[in-house]
Amino acid sequence: MMMLFYSAAAIAVIATLAVISSANVVHALVYLIISLLSVAVIFFVLGAPFAAMLEAIVYAGAIMVLFLFVMMMLNLGQATEDEEKAWMKPKLWIAPGLLTAVLFIQLASVLLTQELAMAPVEVGVLEISLLLFGPWLLAVELASMLLLAGLIAAYHLAKR
Amino acid sequence: MQTIPYEHGLILAAILFVCGLFGVLTRRNIVFVLMSLEIMLNACGLAFVVASARWGHAEGQIMFLMILTLAAAEVAVGLGLIIQMYRRFHTVDISVLNEMKG
Repeated sequence: MMMLFYSAAAIAVIATLAVISSANVVHALVYLIISLLSVAVIFFVLGAPFAAMLEAIVYAGAIMVLFLFVMMMLNLGQATEDEEKAWMKPKLWIAPGLLTAVLFIQLASVLLTQELAMAPVEVGVLEISLLLFGPWLLAVELASMLLLAGLIAAYHLAKR
Repeated sequence: MQTIPYEHGLILAAILFVCGLFGVLTRRNIVFVLMSLEIMLNACGLAFVVASARWGHAEGQIMFLMILTLAAAEVAVGLGLIIQMYRRFHTVDISVLNEMKG
């Protein structure tokens, strides 16, 4: 269990680093899918099978396929990849790297002060759906409104 | 059974979030910026699921569902904007979008 968690975490971090440092968009997408699937494995280990399924189906499935379709529509060729390689100068990474390093050190120093072991209690679909259609019903309605707004906006924006 | 330390899960979420932030700050290709935003949203969802696993409550997973919905809507709108931008400027470079000279 622990081995599964740490190996999936390592794969997620490595794949994410590959996403933000790759020049080819489709390669980056495939690395992002690997990262999302390893996060889904972590969800399974943490006792959240429903979240793991949704991560695999909605994130790695639907959202990434949407990305892939748009990439095929744009048809970015070798020229974009060369341009991308020209933009990746290590000189430009210093300031954002410092900023993000400071942010990470702050986060880590806050998080490492508490030492709590997790009891891997499985929280299944039943409990989630009871809560979702009980006290959280308004949030579900708001989510459906959000998705409708997203649908209309995407249709309008992508229209010729 | 061995247990996973709670803070390790949160540290993993922090690492993924920081990677996504670095991608947003450094990349000039708008597709990579959108992908980095996805990484950041996913890291937030991971933090919520870790907290849900720590306390044994289902609310964290409900928040993850909300983040998932938000990410789906955001990606649909963002990709629509990318298509429109590519039609108008024939490039995916975000630095051409400076017409307003804010």
